[in-house]
Amino acid sequence: MSLHSLDAKRLLCPLPVIRTQDRVKQLKSGDQLEVSCTDPGVMQDIPAWCRINGHTIINTQENQGVYIIVLEVGKNE
Amino acid sequence: MSEPKKAVALISGGLDSMLAAKTILDQGIHVEGINFFTGFCVEGHTHAIRKKDNEKAKPKRNNALWAAEQLGIKLHIVDVIEEYKDVLLNPKHGYGANLNPCLDCKIFMVNKAKQWIEENGFDFIITGEVVGQRPMSQRRFAMPLVAERSGADDLLLRPLSARNLPETKPEREGWVDRSKLHDFGGRTRRPQIAMAEQFGFIDYAQPAGGCCFLTDKSYSQKLVDLWQARGARDYELDDVMLLKVGRHIRPKPHFKLIIAREEGEGRFMEGYKNDFISLHCSSHTGPLALIDGSPDAADLELAAAIIARYSKGKDEEQVEMAIRTKDGKESRIKTKPLTAEQLPKEWFI
Repeated sequence: MSLHSLDAKRLLCPLPVIRTQDRVKQLKSGDQLEVSCTDPGVMQDIPAWCRINGHTIINTQENQGVYIIVLEVGKNE
Repeated sequence: MSEPKKAVALISGGLDSMLAAKTILDQGIHVEGINFFTGFCVEGHTHAIRKKDNEKAKPKRNNALWAAEQLGIKLHIVDVIEEYKDVLLNPKHGYGANLNPCLDCKIFMVNKAKQWIEENGFDFIITGEVVGQRPMSQRRFAMPLVAERSGADDLLLRPLSARNLPETKPEREGWVDRSKLHDFGGRTRRPQIAMAEQFGFIDYAQPAGGCCFLTDKSYSQKLVDLWQARGARDYELDDVMLLKVGRHIRPKPHFKLIIAREEGEGRFMEGYKNDFISLHCSSHTGPLALIDGSPDAADLELAAAIIARYSKGKDEEQVEMAIRTKDGKESRIKTKPLTAEQLPKEWFI
């Protein structure tokens, strides 16, 4: 398992979801990805994308307008 | 035993694409969704920019993701912003009522889906198109045109209207049972609404103006204005985004103002302060405004008076305005806010 990060600040949904999706494709099952965003819409959209694609949300938090989502990659098929 | 067949469904987030995917899922086909982001999609961006109408309002959602979750299928969202420029700028089949190149757009998306199924080992493509439902891309003559010009040909199946259309390969080969497909046609929405009730889809999206900003008259006018002002029919994603927010006022050909209409837009526009000269009222509460173009000192004074009109100090004799350059240098000027009568209607884009 390794931890990776993705800066999706200043992008508006669905672009943070697209960037997350493209990054996750390069990772292995069990890897974790920390995504930093400024669009509050990601708090709905990235968890929804994870649910339908078999990935797990580990943590979400907001700090001074930056939304940080940590997800664990499920099976990449 | 043969491999189970796989289909990719174009998922817009609306009801028809959802019902089309459901119809094929129910025949035991493996279905995954695909959604193309052109930059003009009503989904997503605007929902995020505009704050909730009130505290009781439901959180904004991405309807394509929501639809996929209801269907229990994967969704692949594909960024086609760059490639889409050619569709918008050079539509072979022209525009609809506004700058919507619906027929070229459908051909483009089905063609992208065709490429996707080839790369991913899928067998056919599903769309939620219904013969005669929409005035441009779903007219009877347009349906075979989309299949042919996209290159998808008989791999394109429209489950909601299939029995009104020639047989496709999935039907001919027995991958799907044609008798269980539908024969919807025309403008009526009744069959779709009945089907949605049958499947328990109760909270689906019903965008009044469709799912694309290019069908919107006001948005299209702003895009034409942008092209005229720059002397070139071209755009970047940031242009497309900024046309979705704020009041756009062009007092002179060489500059326009984008004035935030509410808090969410103001927050979004903050991110552009290093790309544009920006102004706000420093003596009273007021919106953030960006200036697109090359204003001189006199233009900035006019801009300040216009923007002051949208501040809490609009009825004052004088207010103070802060002007920030792209590199962060700030200066202040005093101005008398314009009255409504002093703002010509022709300045509003």
